Amino acid sequence: MSPAAYVFLSVILFVIGAVGVLVRRNAILIFMSVELMLNACNLAFVSFARLQGNLDGQVVAFFVMVVAAAEVVVGLAILMAIYRARKSASVDDASLLKY
Amino acid sequence: MTTIAATGVFRAAWLLVAFPVFGAAVLLIGGRFTDRWGHLLGVLMSLASFVYGLIAFFALLGKSGTGRSQDLHVYSWIPVNGFQANIGILIDPLSISFVLLITGVGSLILIYATAYMAHDPDRRRFFGYLNLFLAAMLLLVLSDNYLGLYAGWEGVGLASYLLIGFWQFKPTAAVAAKKAFIANRVGDVGLSLAIMLMFAEFGTFNFTGVFDTAKSGGTGVTTALGLLLLLAACGKSAQVPLQSWLLDAMEGPTPVSALIHAATMVTAGVYLIVRSNPIFNDSPTAQLAVTVVGAVTLLFGAVIGCAKDDIKKALAGSTMSQIGYMTLAAGLGPAGYVFAIAHLLAHGFFKAGLFLGAGSVLHGMDDEVNMRRFGALRKFLPITFVTFGLGYLAIIGIPPFSGFFTKDGIIDAAWEKGGTSGWILAACAIVGAGITAFYMSRVMLMTYFGKARWEEDGVLGGAGAHPPYTEADRHIPHPHESPLAMAIPMILLAVGSVAAGWFLIVDSRFADFLAPVVGLPPDSHGIWSWPGIIALVLVVIGVGIAWTMYGRVPVVAVAPKGSVLTRAARADLYGDALNESVLMRPGQWLTRLSVFFDSRGVDGLVNGLAATIGGTSGRLRRIQTGYVRSYALSMLIGAVLLVAGLLVVRL
Repeated sequence: MSPAAYVFLSVILFVIGAVGVLVRRNAILIFMSVELMLNACNLAFVSFARLQGNLDGQVVAFFVMVVAAAEVVVGLAILMAIYRARKSASVDDASLLKY
Repeated sequence: MTTIAATGVFRAAWLLVAFPVFGAAVLLIGGRFTDRWGHLLGVLMSLASFVYGLIAFFALLGKSGTGRSQDLHVYSWIPVNGFQANIGILIDPLSISFVLLITGVGSLILIYATAYMAHDPDRRRFFGYLNLFLAAMLLLVLSDNYLGLYAGWEGVGLASYLLIGFWQFKPTAAVAAKKAFIANRVGDVGLSLAIMLMFAEFGTFNFTGVFDTAKSGGTGVTTALGLLLLLAACGKSAQVPLQSWLLDAMEGPTPVSALIHAATMVTAGVYLIVRSNPIFNDSPTAQLAVTVVGAVTLLFGAVIGCAKDDIKKALAGSTMSQIGYMTLAAGLGPAGYVFAIAHLLAHGFFKAGLFLGAGSVLHGMDDEVNMRRFGALRKFLPITFVTFGLGYLAIIGIPPFSGFFTKDGIIDAAWEKGGTSGWILAACAIVGAGITAFYMSRVMLMTYFGKARWEEDGVLGGAGAHPPYTEADRHIPHPHESPLAMAIPMILLAVGSVAAGWFLIVDSRFADFLAPVVGLPPDSHGIWSWPGIIALVLVVIGVGIAWTMYGRVPVVAVAPKGSVLTRAARADLYGDALNESVLMRPGQWLTRLSVFFDSRGVDGLVNGLAATIGGTSGRLRRIQTGYVRSYALSMLIGAVLLVAGLLVVRL
């Protein structure tokens, strides 16, 4: 199986994730979509590492996982705080920071 | 022109100015503490100057030749290398004549004012200003250079402003004061330019220096100087075209009208021209301009005087006209200088006397100035009537009263100038004499003769008086003779009106006295001459016309509509209307245009820029919706564009 298939899969996953971020209102689901995009990137990194025959992409994938874990921690904490305050997880409701 | 350093009694000449300066300083700085005796100090200071003036006059008579021009250096005002501005006093026949007029007539008027202003709470301030005026006027005529003269010139302008607006609670008086000041500024610009031109051309302001080098300056410079000095004289002496302020200046108290706006300050322009005689002698153009201004003004003022019902304004028109005579004479060169000054001195007596008489009438008539509400006052104010009458005979030029000698001299001098201009000038002067007789007879008849009109048919001011008096403000004047303090100055001035002209003109007394300063008239002609006789005939005709119009038939209480000329004269021959349309309205348009340009142009640009930036930012900030998805979309678009850009560059 050629590595190109992995790259196409990664593109499909990234697009699904991006569309999810754009169209969903629930913060949890947006969060999940973001994770999907990150993992699509990881898949692309790993595939390109395999194509290139070196380990750089795999190392970066690890870094992405670490950053994603940290981001999940901070993001979920903010989400909890917002939910407690507003009894809603909709991101459209939390749109006060504007003109 | 040669002078010698002052000696003997002349070394104290600075006292002439110092006395009234001291009086003004004490009265104006001392304030209310001097209220009780302030007016007496004012009179005393004026009398002290007069006494010193007399001493100096007789000392001067004892000298001969250049000894009659005593120059006293007082102090160096602005001592700079190459620029010496000194304060100096020059006592010569011309200046001492003015000193005696100013302090003599001034003292009489101050004595008169102690009684006239007795009920005014601000009498002390009034005397302070009058002393200030005397000091400035004496500095004007005594200075031995043009810079000191200019200081006095501005000083009398200031004093005139303060005194016209003395009753500043009356809006008319406040406006009249401002008008006088502004009209005078126009003339003052002429004098300051003349002084600058003198310094640029001759490097000095001293009379001796300027006059000695004036001849080498060429006629161009002397003509320019002459015209600038004429502009200055027009402003101060209310000559056409700067005449409009004098009639309004009658808003001031009557002693002010007598002293400043009849006897002394308004004649400063004539003094300036006569004092600058070497400049004018050098420039026939400037002389012609002076005579034209004089001739126009003498007719102008006389016509205005014919139509005014306000007794003071009728006299003001007459003042303008008489100064026109003096200016005309001053433009005739050495033939006229003596008569200009002689007429000025005689006029100082009779016009001051006439104004004081008018003041006495006002005093008795509760400040009513409309002659149509006078009448028959000769029975109630006999002293005023007699003194006013003598002044009247003097001004219309009935021999042997003073106006006859001096005015006749001016008419003769104009006649003997020869040529077309001489004919026209003499004709103007002769016609002016006739008109003078008409308007002065009118004043006389309306005020002192006929029926008493202040109450007719039970209505104040006569039936149909306007404005109609209601029962509530019924206040009928009880005409009465003025107190002695007012009567005595009037009597003394009447004596001057009778005798001054004869004393000065007969035997060429004054001509010989003034000769060192202004030169001798070409030949001394007799008292009787054809132009003089024609003028006398016209005077009689003028009196006759006035009698048929105001003496034979009763004077109506309400001014009739009158002919076109009468209405024009009532409106000061449209002098104000002309100033308004030629100077004031364009000025207003200019300011309005500037304001429009400022608010729409400059402000519009700045405000428009600010509004554009504000509006754009207002619209731009609408992008910040607060929705996460819109930010995410913009990030996605950005990223896609970035990738697309990279791909384009790569490929």
